[in-house]
Amino acid sequence: MSTGISRMVTDSIVVTKRNLIRMRRLPEAIFFNSVQPVMFVLLFRYVFGGAINTGGEYVNFLIPGILVQTSLFGGAGTAIGLNEDMGKGIIDRFRSLPMARSAVLTGRILADVARNVFVVLLMLAVGTAVGFRFNNGFFPAIAAIAVLLLFGMAFSWMFALVGLSVKTAESAQIASFLPVFPLTFAASTFVPLDSMPGWLQVFARNQPVSHAVNAVRKLTQGSAVQGINLAAEVWLTLAWSGGITIVFATLAIRKYRKVD
Amino acid sequence: MGFVNYRGRVIIVNSSPAPGTPMIEVSGITKAFGSTKALTGVSLTVERGTVLGLLGPNGAGKTTLVRILATLMHPDSGTARINGIDVLAEPQRARGLIGLAGQYAAVDELLTGRENLEMVGRLYGLSRTDSAARANETLERLTLTEAADRPVKTYSGGMRRRLDLGASLVGRPIVLILDEPTTGLDPRTRSELWQFITDLVAQGTTVLLTTQYLEEADVLADRIVVLDRGGIIAEGTADELKAKQGGDVVDVKPVDPDNIPRIAELLSDIAGQPQIDVRTGRVLVPVGDLRGVDVLTTVARMISDSGIELDDLAIRRPSLDDVFLALTGHAAEQTDGGTGATDEETAPSTKRASRRSKRTERAA
Ligand SMILES: Nc1ncnc2c1ncn2[C@@H]1O[C@H](COP(=O)(O)OP(=O)(O)OP(=O)(O)O)[C@@H](O)[C@H]1O
Ligand SMILES: [Mg+2]
Repeated sequence: MSTGISRMVTDSIVVTKRNLIRMRRLPEAIFFNSVQPVMFVLLFRYVFGGAINTGGEYVNFLIPGILVQTSLFGGAGTAIGLNEDMGKGIIDRFRSLPMARSAVLTGRILADVARNVFVVLLMLAVGTAVGFRFNNGFFPAIAAIAVLLLFGMAFSWMFALVGLSVKTAESAQIASFLPVFPLTFAASTFVPLDSMPGWLQVFARNQPVSHAVNAVRKLTQGSAVQGINLAAEVWLTLAWSGGITIVFATLAIRKYRKVD
Repeated sequence: MGFVNYRGRVIIVNSSPAPGTPMIEVSGITKAFGSTKALTGVSLTVERGTVLGLLGPNGAGKTTLVRILATLMHPDSGTARINGIDVLAEPQRARGLIGLAGQYAAVDELLTGRENLEMVGRLYGLSRTDSAARANETLERLTLTEAADRPVKTYSGGMRRRLDLGASLVGRPIVLILDEPTTGLDPRTRSELWQFITDLVAQGTTVLLTTQYLEEADVLADRIVVLDRGGIIAEGTADELKAKQGGDVVDVKPVDPDNIPRIAELLSDIAGQPQIDVRTGRVLVPVGDLRGVDVLTTVARMISDSGIELDDLAIRRPSLDDVFLALTGHAAEQTDGGTGATDEETAPSTKRASRRSKRTERAA
């Protein structure tokens, strides 16, 4: 058993390292992944922001939403990467090796977490440039980043399942964006929930993205935002992350193991 | 022979099964994809330290069998054992024994050759230093040292293929499974790879390789299994298969391919049943028990009487190509019409013989 676990850890690290090398050699991928959220920041900060009333500084409302959205979208890399590996026979090679079966997936997801660290820091820098400020001290800010990474990782498992299930990298890309769009837009990401029609508010208020956004907002802004129960939002975010991880990790690992 | 270094511990792998058991035993394997029957009950064995050539045209089921043996796919029925280990029941143990080079090179384009090999070595359970040493050694053996630290995307097709083979070797597997290892390689690289595989076998590795090149099976394989439409249609050594063909053949090539059916018709009563090779535009007449020279003269006379103009007329030993044609009714290579295999069939057979004997000497 213990050799099994140490094997799992070593193999996951080996695969993570491989994926990080790939990212380093393909910096365009991270660049283009970052351009999109930067555009969102500029668009909402300077175009739509003036029309959105949040009761406080809109930029401090916006950036936590952008951070959650970015951590989610980053996981699409898992779907596309895994799918490409399948198409190129790399997954077949892994499957024919006496390695830990789950390591191909955990290695992929850990690499995405590492990438998310980079992207989150980048978006914080961009946010700061357009006026975003931490108003709640250092440790809550660190906690906010931890929540972001955990939440993003949970969704990476969902993207892993998507990547293993579709036939081409293009469909992997599209299939990843499909669930992410309604989740990030029908949420408190960019606008206050009470500006939405009642039926939509019910969905928006209770779905995981809103909880994550609220948790990050409260952790970074403290008493500057009203009406958010910090403990409840953090716990709900952690619970959702745990639930999503358990469900989708199980499905993805089963899918990976299933020899066709 | 047969030591495997598993996470620093040396395990003698072939101590468990009786020395007499074959290294690979496949029995009654069937596999269907929807209504396509890819394998229809394939059984074969490969003895320790020998090479089995799995020969067959496109779609014969070669890759399907390879994938089942490499634990990538479950058959619908049947069993497969490697070194006595049931591949279906204990896939993880089986994986520790095999090295697979699939039909298409499965190497990471963005990693360097060295990084690729080191990664695979680590995933076989080698320590960091061991996998680095193995990678070095493998790169050297495959003459990739110069390109070792370049990303694979800068490699030529042949270099990729070699690296892919290298990846199947870093774990020092006792069984090597190669799916069309030399497809798409130039003749020189191909014969280098042949030499390389021959050396591995001399050191005790057991090899199952699929190929569409009959010459390849002829040069490398101790035994050949011919697969067509999911079933085995012939097996034996290259010589046995050629003998089945019935001695020498008279090879007739008209200038105008339209005359082929007429020639076959004309010559149908002289000796064996004439066979038409559409791809090369020839009619082959097996000599059977008759004297080759007699058949040749009769053929020459009849053709000249008929007024058909000939490009070539010869008596020769049957090649595996002819055997394949006789067995399946179609030529081995259907797709690209590449003539590599047949042209090289005329390579001096002494070279082949010396390669063979070198191998047996070393294995002894
Ligand atoms: N995943 C699959 N789904 C559906 N059909 C398949 C699949 N894999 C193989 N087949 C079919 O099974 C048959 C055998 O295929 P296989 O790939 O084993 O042939 P092969 O001998 O390797 O051919 P080639 O020389 O072209 O590589 C073919 O008819 C092929 O179309
Ligand atoms: Mg094939």
